[in-house]
Amino acid sequence: MDIKTILLLIPLLPLIGSAIAGLLRHPIGRSGAHTVTILAVASSFGLSAWVAWQVFMTDWEVLNYTVYKWAVVDGIELEVGFLIDSLTALMMVVVTFVSFMVHVYTIGYMKDDPGYQRFFAYINLFTFAMLMLVMANNFLQLFFGWEAVGLVSYLLIGFWFKKESAVRANLKAFLVNRGGDFGLLLGVAAVLMYMGSLDYAEVFAAAPTVAGQTMTVFGGVEWSVMTFICICLFIGAMGKSAQVPLHVWLPDSMEGPTPISALIHAATMVTAGIFMVARLSPMYELSTTALSFILIIGAITALFMGLIGIVQNDIKRVVAYSTLSQLGYMTVALGASAYSVAIFHLMTHAFFKALLFLAAGSVIIAMHHKQDMREMGGLGRIMPITAVTAWVGSLALIGFPFFSGFFSKDIIIESVKQIDRTGASFAVFAVYAGVVVTALYTFRMLYLTFHGKPRADEEMLSHAHESPWVVTLPLVLLAIPSLLVGYFTVEPLLFGGALSDAIYIDPANDPVAAVGSHFHGPAAFALHGFVTPVFWLAMLGVGLSTWIYLFQPSVAENVKRRFHWLWTVLDRKYGFDEFYQNIVTGGGLKLAGFLSRRGDRMIIDGWIVHGSARLVGAVAARVRGVQTGFLYHYAFAMIIGLVALVFAFVLLKG
Amino acid sequence: MIVSELQLALPEIFIAAMACVVLIADLFVSDERRGLTHSLALLVLAFAGIITLRLMMPVGETVTAFSETFVRDRFGDILKLFAYLVLIGVFVYAKHFLRMAGLYKGEFYSLSLFALLGVMIMISASSLLTVYLGLELLALSSYALVALNRDSARGAEAAMKYFILGSLASGILLFGMSLIYGATGSLALSEIAGALGQAASGDALLAFGLVFLVVGIAFKLGAVPFHMWLPDVYHGAPVAVTLLIASLPKIGYLALAIRLLADGMGPMHEDWQAMLAVLAALSLVLGNVVAIAQSNIKRMLAYSTISHVGFILLGLLAASPAGYAAATFYTLVYALMSAGAFAMIILLSANGIEAENLDDFKGLNARSPWFALMMLMLMFSLAGIPVFVGFFAKWQVIAAAIDAGFTGLAILAVVTAVIGAFYYLRVVKLMYFDEPENTTPVTAPFDFQTVLSINGLAMLGLGLFSGGLISLCISAFS
Repeated sequence: MDIKTILLLIPLLPLIGSAIAGLLRHPIGRSGAHTVTILAVASSFGLSAWVAWQVFMTDWEVLNYTVYKWAVVDGIELEVGFLIDSLTALMMVVVTFVSFMVHVYTIGYMKDDPGYQRFFAYINLFTFAMLMLVMANNFLQLFFGWEAVGLVSYLLIGFWFKKESAVRANLKAFLVNRGGDFGLLLGVAAVLMYMGSLDYAEVFAAAPTVAGQTMTVFGGVEWSVMTFICICLFIGAMGKSAQVPLHVWLPDSMEGPTPISALIHAATMVTAGIFMVARLSPMYELSTTALSFILIIGAITALFMGLIGIVQNDIKRVVAYSTLSQLGYMTVALGASAYSVAIFHLMTHAFFKALLFLAAGSVIIAMHHKQDMREMGGLGRIMPITAVTAWVGSLALIGFPFFSGFFSKDIIIESVKQIDRTGASFAVFAVYAGVVVTALYTFRMLYLTFHGKPRADEEMLSHAHESPWVVTLPLVLLAIPSLLVGYFTVEPLLFGGALSDAIYIDPANDPVAAVGSHFHGPAAFALHGFVTPVFWLAMLGVGLSTWIYLFQPSVAENVKRRFHWLWTVLDRKYGFDEFYQNIVTGGGLKLAGFLSRRGDRMIIDGWIVHGSARLVGAVAARVRGVQTGFLYHYAFAMIIGLVALVFAFVLLKG
Repeated sequence: MIVSELQLALPEIFIAAMACVVLIADLFVSDERRGLTHSLALLVLAFAGIITLRLMMPVGETVTAFSETFVRDRFGDILKLFAYLVLIGVFVYAKHFLRMAGLYKGEFYSLSLFALLGVMIMISASSLLTVYLGLELLALSSYALVALNRDSARGAEAAMKYFILGSLASGILLFGMSLIYGATGSLALSEIAGALGQAASGDALLAFGLVFLVVGIAFKLGAVPFHMWLPDVYHGAPVAVTLLIASLPKIGYLALAIRLLADGMGPMHEDWQAMLAVLAALSLVLGNVVAIAQSNIKRMLAYSTISHVGFILLGLLAASPAGYAAATFYTLVYALMSAGAFAMIILLSANGIEAENLDDFKGLNARSPWFALMMLMLMFSLAGIPVFVGFFAKWQVIAAAIDAGFTGLAILAVVTAVIGAFYYLRVVKLMYFDEPENTTPVTAPFDFQTVLSINGLAMLGLGLFSGGLISLCISAFS
């Protein structure tokens, strides 16, 4: 098969699968739905893996071509096109692999759900949209994929649409993402305005010429065009990748079924923002202001969202806040110009965070859809596979040496230390402190769930058992890369230049190269990891949590009582929700109410819409009367018309 | 007269002969076996289609015959083919109604075929005489068809009005023709155009004649203020006949306008452009506004026709090949849309009682979701909602008018189209959001359902792939 055919099939197969599962619900039945969609995503994964092999292991020329020209408007070409380089190939494999695992897992998790086929149709559709996003060679298609994954995310958060909280959560996700998307759209529009193209290659070529220009945004303030574009685009990324202050939707998105929390809200969709910034590295490298902005936002997210994770009792919410914090780490790496490290952490995180979510889901199945960790404990003996894989995921998350998360997180921290730009010192502090926090909440979750005395009632425990193989198999298959992928890919991806065809870093200021000069193979790096402060900070977190949650549970209560104000701040999540609810939404509602009463109902409806309708109706009723039904009236009208025309066109013109 | 000239007129000769055959053959067919007449008529149309297709004129070529009274060109061939197509649809739709109403007679078929012949002669006319010949043949057939139901007082009244007003209009047109003849000394349209090119501008006699010609055309098309026959005739005639006179003759009248104004009076286009602009503006406003006040769907569609005539005039008055092509496209699309809309009335008519009130469409979606969808497509297309073909038709004529400098008129057209959307959407609202008053299932013969489904889906299909038909229309004028 032609390579272009294969590339086209990769996104189209899930789209077709989605259409079959979604539209032919009755003819194919439940097993038909999962067979079709899993076949589609598995083939898509197989083909992606083959493409990745070609890209990384052979002498691959970057492939950038137009698949379909949709329209040409005023010289601007709107196209569907693919850009296949190392970054795309890596993302394709990660997306399709996690998606494949989640598809299999769903068979077990959604077994009794009446919306079984709908769910498979959605996640297949999601895979299509995400692939279109990562394979795009232009901003328009990026935007299409961006909105399409957002749509599916919306549909899946509200999957149980009869549940009040799910409907609220999907509305929230939708609205908050609108805020981010507005920034993205402004950015894309600015790109089009200043560079005259939407094609990545053309925009990157034009970027250096635009770099020196300035523009006026609001009266008098001069902005560098590149900074404006980069920050606008990054605001889009902040929405999608849940960075403070647009992060509020992600914890609530846990109202959706767990498989999609793993797929969409941990492994793939939320990393779209990270991917985009890395993809656009040639532009971001031209604006240190924008990079500093990214660095600070990422650092805030990494530290403060992790802190909230400590006080959560819902197992999925702990993992969700952990996701926020890890996305913050990736953003910090972007802000430090270490794009390849961000992508590397994106990949390792995709594996171990999907694993943690699916393990949490496995626990939730065993607990009959109860998610409160205070009612768990001691499950390790009942469900050993889940417990062991959760341990693997947790060790990867805290960055224990040799685990995949260690490599990515340690190099992020090392890279940030190399960089010298506004906000860098704060970022260094945040990523170090974040290590303690990560270890603390991760082990708290492990202990509360799998160890200690069982706190569930007898009846619940007697029914609890290990999940079926469709659930545990994906856990095991995800545990393997969580353990190993870092070790084997760190050197080629970061220091071997495997991503250099896609990512551009200003050579004068390259933190990754600086880290690379001290890198002597993954084994040496990992062994050295045991003597770094990062490791001991992590151990501090682990030790604290072991002491408190395994041996002295009363300490937690005491601390909570003693530092009640702090606990309240964390429990309220720093008041972001209240702020949005009262100030943004409340103010918006007041303004909307006023405009609705005065503007819409009175002026537009009352005068313009109904007024004109009444006028037309009255005229119609009046004119209708002319049609008397009498023949001589009709003939008379004709003669009048004739005479009038003769007057106007013959006699008056003379 | 040589054989090759006869061959040029072969479609007309065939239809004329076969109309007589149908007329006579039907005498020997019993009432129960009237289907034979129906099938024969359809067969005639199919054959005429094949003949015309085989003899289709290439792009840009024009041949005249019979001492320049008859012309064959691509424009004419395209219109004729569509005329056959529309009449096939009309026959299938009408049969169902005529059977229900006890009007299933052979006269309908022979009169319709004679009307078609009139349309064809008008299409191929290249002399004032042939124009008039075709016009009267069509008109006389139409008068008789309107009175098809002899026992209906309403039908007789409509036919009477139509006949008297039509005669008046014919007289006006004929008077205009005689003035033109007097001023130019010729009946052939091409010679008239040549003579006009040399005549001094501002010749009062010619201007006088032109006004009379335009009034005659405006009456036939139904442009305001010469429209008053139209609602009464649409309303009074049996719906099967309304269906016919709302679709087929429009094609002929378009040809009439283009032959007379563009081919004959082309050099005076500045004069007739201004006249058509006045008529178009009045038609757009009055048609769309008064349609809102109608509760009878046949009358509503009659006023809708008046507004669509305004749009057709908008294309004609551009007086450019693009404008004529747009007007042609609009007319062909309009013929399909109005045939489909009247067919929906037939579909809902039970026991020969016409479902002519808007309320008859209430809750159609509950009774027959498929045909409610077809009606929705027809209404959306008539309203000019994008994707449906009616939108592209409106777009083309408006673009042509703007190119010709009639921006104000184009804006008026858009505004009135918005007003007009109201009454089309009201039908959709009745179908989908109101409770049905009558819950009997909707039934119709298979052929009727098939043709109506094709007709409805064509609104979407031609809209999605509007390029083919548009370029066909453009090829007629290049």
